[in-house]
This record gives sequence, C-alpha cells and structure tokens, in this order.
Amino acid sequence: MSTFPHRHLLGTEGLPPADLLTILDLGDRFLEINERPIKKVPTLRGKTVINLFLEPSTRTRTSFEIAAKRLSADAVNISGSGSSTVKGETLIDTAKNVDAMAPDVVVLRHAQAGAAAMLAGRIRAGVVNAGDGAHEHPTQALLDCSTIRAHKGRIEGLIVAICGDIRHSRVARSNIWALRALGAEVRVAGPRTLLAPGLEAMGAVVHDRIEPALEGADVVMMLRIQKERMGTGLFPNTREYSRYFGLNERRLSLAKKEAIVMHPGPINRGVELDPSIADGPRAVILDQVSRGVAIRMAVLYLLAGGEAGESS
Amino acid sequence: MDICLRGGRVIDPARGFDGEADVLIKDGVVAQIGKDLAVGSARVVDVRGQWVVPGLIDLHTHLREPGQEYKEDIATGTRAAAAGGYTAVCAMPNTVPVNDNRAVSELMVRRAAEAGVVRVYPVGAISKGSKGESLAEMGELKDAGCVAVSDDGHPVMSSELMRRAMEYARTFGLTIVQHCEDLTLSAGGAMNEGAVSTRAGIRAQPAAAESSMVARDIELCALTGARYHVAHISSAESVRLVREAKRRGLPVTCEVTPHHLSLSDEACATYDTNAKCNPPLRSQSDVDALRAALVEGVIDAVATDHAPHSVVEKDVEFEQASFGIIGLETAVPLVMDLVRTAGLSPSDFVRRMSTSPAAIFGLPGGTLAEGAVADVTVIDPDAAWTCEPAGLRSRSRNTPFAGRPMKGRATLTIVAGRIVYSGESPS
Repeated sequence: MSTFPHRHLLGTEGLPPADLLTILDLGDRFLEINERPIKKVPTLRGKTVINLFLEPSTRTRTSFEIAAKRLSADAVNISGSGSSTVKGETLIDTAKNVDAMAPDVVVLRHAQAGAAAMLAGRIRAGVVNAGDGAHEHPTQALLDCSTIRAHKGRIEGLIVAICGDIRHSRVARSNIWALRALGAEVRVAGPRTLLAPGLEAMGAVVHDRIEPALEGADVVMMLRIQKERMGTGLFPNTREYSRYFGLNERRLSLAKKEAIVMHPGPINRGVELDPSIADGPRAVILDQVSRGVAIRMAVLYLLAGGEAGESS
Repeated sequence: MDICLRGGRVIDPARGFDGEADVLIKDGVVAQIGKDLAVGSARVVDVRGQWVVPGLIDLHTHLREPGQEYKEDIATGTRAAAAGGYTAVCAMPNTVPVNDNRAVSELMVRRAAEAGVVRVYPVGAISKGSKGESLAEMGELKDAGCVAVSDDGHPVMSSELMRRAMEYARTFGLTIVQHCEDLTLSAGGAMNEGAVSTRAGIRAQPAAAESSMVARDIELCALTGARYHVAHISSAESVRLVREAKRRGLPVTCEVTPHHLSLSDEACATYDTNAKCNPPLRSQSDVDALRAALVEGVIDAVATDHAPHSVVEKDVEFEQASFGIIGLETAVPLVMDLVRTAGLSPSDFVRRMSTSPAAIFGLPGGTLAEGAVADVTVIDPDAAWTCEPAGLRSRSRNTPFAGRPMKGRATLTIVAGRIVYSGESPS
C-alpha cells in the first residue's frame, strides 16, 4: 500500500495525483466490505472518530458514521443544535474540548470557509474537512472521482461538465482541483450570477449556458440549486432556472451517448434535474452514495493510522 | 528641557528644505535650524545619518476609548503612536457611545490631556449614532475640538443625507471623511472579490462597492463645494475617480493605509483573520495602482486606520472575525519601502505622512519652520528590525506583519518639545 503523507484532509487543492489515487485505490478495496453479509472489519478497533457537524447534514454525517463503524472505530456524533456552540462557545474552544477526549480523527462540517484549516493547526487529532462553507468538500470530490473511474475506467482525458450554482459550491471547487489533477477537462457552467471570478485560474473552462459545456461531455455533474437563493437577485425562480439551466433529455443528448449523470444530492427533482434522467439508466447518483462510504473508510483509515495489511 | 538634534538630515517639504542641519528646540517650539548651532544648556542628541522630520500625523486612528478599552485606550494607543513616530492622531468616532455629541468629544480631549502622550484630535460623527438618518451636532462637535466628521465604518448610504451633511459641514469648515462602501453591494463580503476569494470560498465584496460610492460622493462634492476626503482608498478604480475629480478642481483628497500599500488579497488565502480589514486587501494590480498613486500624489496622505481588536474578535472563523489591522507601529517601515523600491522621494515621504495630513484637516504641525510647534520625529531609514506582536505597545496584536522583517523606524518622537518616545524604551 502506498503511504499517505498527510495528517489531515482539508481539501483536494494541492493534493498530488499519487495521494488522490492512494485514496481512490483504497476506496475500491473497501467497497467489497460493504457487500459482505457482515459489514465490519477490525481495522480501526480502539480508534475514535468524532463527527463534529456544526451545520445540518444527514447524508454526509451518516456516511462518515457508517464508514467509521464498518472499520470498528468508535464514532461519536456532535451536531450543531446539540453542541455548545449555540451557547456561545467558539469553534476553537469546542474543538479543544473535543480534542481533550483524545479522538484520533475529527470530521468537521461547518458553515464557514476555512474552519477545518483553522482546527488543523490547533488540535492533536487529524482533521477531515466534511465541508467548510463554499470552500471545499474533499471526500465528495473523491467519491465522485471514484464513481467516474468505476464507470469510465479512467479519469484522464475525460470531459466533465459541472453545471449549476458554482459560486456557492464547495463540491464544484473540490472536484475542479481533483479532476484537473487527475487529467480530466473540467467545464463549469451556470448563469453568471452563480459563477465566480477566477474559476479559469483554477483550471476550469467557464460557460454561462450549459449547452456548450455539455457538448461531447463524458460526465455531467448537476449541482443542487438552493431554493433560498431564489428571488435574491441570483435567479428569478425555479421555473425559469429549470427552463434554461436544468438538465433534460434534449440537453443531455448534447453529451456523449454513454455519458453518465451525477449529482451530489439532495436533488431538487424537476429543477436542476428532470426526474426521468434522475431515475434513468445514465444516472449513477446512488452509486455515488455507496462509494461515499468506501471513500470515507479509506480516508479515516489513512488518517487514523490503521495498520497496512489489516484492511482486507 | 531644550533639545538640540545634531547633524541629522532635516526634511521639511513645507519649506522646501532637505539638508543636513541641527534643529534647536526651545520652550516647545522649533527655535533655530542651521549648521553647528550654539546649544547652550540644551540636551544634545546625535542624530547623524537619520532623518529629522515634522512629527507624523495620522488622520485615521481607532483609539477605542470610550467603550472598548479592552482593545485599546487613549494611553496605550497614543504610546503606540509615539513609538511609531506619530505626534498626533485623529481619533475616529466609532467609540461606545459614538462620538456624535460634544460630551463624548470633550471626554476624549480630557482623557487625552490626562493619559495621552501625543496629540489627539477627535473626529466627530456625520450622523446621530452614525446611523445615517439625521445629522449630528456638527457645530458643537467642532467647538468641542473635532477636526473633521465621519461615520467611518458606517458609510452614509443615503445620497440625500450625504448632500445635506456636505452642505452643513461646509458651513462649519469641517471636512467630510467617508468610508466608501455601498453596503448593498458589499453585504456579507469578508474579503475582496476575485480569484483568491473564489479559491478560498470566502464571501466577498467587489472593488466596485467602494468606487461606486466614491463616484457618487464626488458628484455630491461638485454639487455642494464641501471639502471631501476619501478614507483608506483601496482600489485602482477609486484612484482613477479621485484623479479625475482633482483635475476638475474639486476639493477632494484621499488617504491610503500602509497595509493596502503592502499586501494583496493573497494574504487572506490562509484564512489569516489578521489580514481581514475593511476595505479589504485588494488584488495585486490594485496594490500596484495605489503605490503608483501615492508616489504621483493623487493619494495625498498615508493614514493607518489603526484598528485594534482582541483575540475575542480575531481568533474565530474568518467570516466571523472583526475587520481591522493595527498600524501605528509599522507604518514607517511599510511606507519607507516605497522610498526604497517605488521611487517615493524622502520629501514626499514626509509630505504624505505629515505635511499633507496637517493641511487636509487644518492641524498645527506638518512643518519645522522656526517658531513652529516642536512636534518632531527622528527616523532611522535603515534600521532593520522584525515585527514581533508581543513587543508592540498597542494593547492589541492584530497585525498581519508578525514575523516580517522591517526596515526603517522612528527612533525619537518629540511632542511640543518633550520627548515622548526614545529608541526601545517606552516613555
């Protein structure tokens, strides 16, 4: 097994392809555990993982919790509403208290960019960024890469179109870094109100309409439109959004015939994604979720210091 | 005690003087300037190789007293000023309560007399409570010692109120100082909008949030004839607008901070909350434009926007942290860098740091003319030191320059003929 020279996973930015591949390869190996009748290995027995989720999340938190448990780590969940942050304690104080209980890994979800980086320098435990504001969500990008690789056999040379609210999306950012590092062409598309300056400098090709982004794409990744953005001047309403920026059969036909359709969830059916596509043969959305558990197992394993060779 | 500063390079752009001379200070005024002066009983200080300049004047200081003394107070803030070479600071009105009335101004003046070591000139509010709704009592503010009015940190959004504020301030000969930021454009923006904010995922404000208000205010300045001063100008576009306004002959001036001259928004990329300020650090091309404009003279003055905050406000998530950087003790080396690398002449250094600030608010000082009040700063332009936050005199430590090697520093600060700072030892 390759070595993983990091104590934390804060983002995919700057991660060399070798490190990304280490996680993807290990994720593929862990995938098999999830198919067993007894879905548990003793690899991280005696290790403690704390899921510090200070922003609402069901899917990601559950995925990390299951990942930890399948590796026999003790997993504890702390959520925003139940934590002391509502009593006015600072993030650093909360984290230091958690750290004093000697966890091996802290998985942090937080509404503000930079929160995971802030913790990483200040606590003893390894830190996994499970989403910090609009900054990064590295395990989502890794599970997306894992899914793409499984369906396409490779990532290098593929054309990936990421469509929707790019400006506010940590998923888009993490995917741009990871996919570019692994050799894909990344196109991002959305109305100009949902784009941001400097996306080109991150390595993406930018379009304000989704059609040119879809042209010849191998992978179409639709992002969730947050309904709370509606009417704030970013776009008029979901009807118009769906009409010009939603993925329907006609638009999907611009992509390659064998293109796959992805979505980080949760889906707004009929807004960014036509239900017939979401339920259709080209959608790999539930596969993303399954692989998410395996990828998070791989990340926890690498950061919590599981012994090489115990994983199988 | 009388003092003779012996053998320094005396730089006094107000008189067009730049040359080696002695400066004799007697009874609180500059008594004589010349070669080999007879000093009598005066204490002689050898300042050969150093600059002797009119005391530096900061147009934009947050002393936090009254109300937020845990961040700074008049005693600590003026000691930081003295250590940075400043002999006078203009105290912004966003105290608690806001300095929108005579009682607060008088308190500040009294506290400065009791506890301050440099001159403190209060700046009054434009509107009551700096809420942007109705005019503050500018007549009484001026009588109580205020030298200008500003709702700093709370830009006057209403064009109508700004128009009336300009007219009313002009009536009393007060300069209007505006923190230019269209709050509807900047809302929620914790840093400059650009490639860095996109990469970091930090909510951001575009440079146009500043320049659009500069443009509006310049039109109101043309309408009213009021003296108008842009606080901490930060973008290339704002500079262009001010240059144009000056060409039109409008009474417009502006200031820039040492940090906007030194750092770009890249400093925020690591979520360093000490690099979070408002206006935010801009792109490198803005920084380049600001440096060129300071040399050119479109930017009249350097002002620190010294904004002390405690760890309570700074040791938090980036978007949650308060805006502000302390600046009094690092201004000299940061501006000196432009002398070394950007073609700022030594006399223009003095002009931007002392002469022009005095002229903009009509303050005493800004010159070493014989008979002038003896506010004098001695600067070693080549002194090398490292910015160690623990060694600063400010009560707060929020500087993005921690650990940075500096070149140039004040070695002697004299206010009204009295030494208030000397070398490493606090006064």
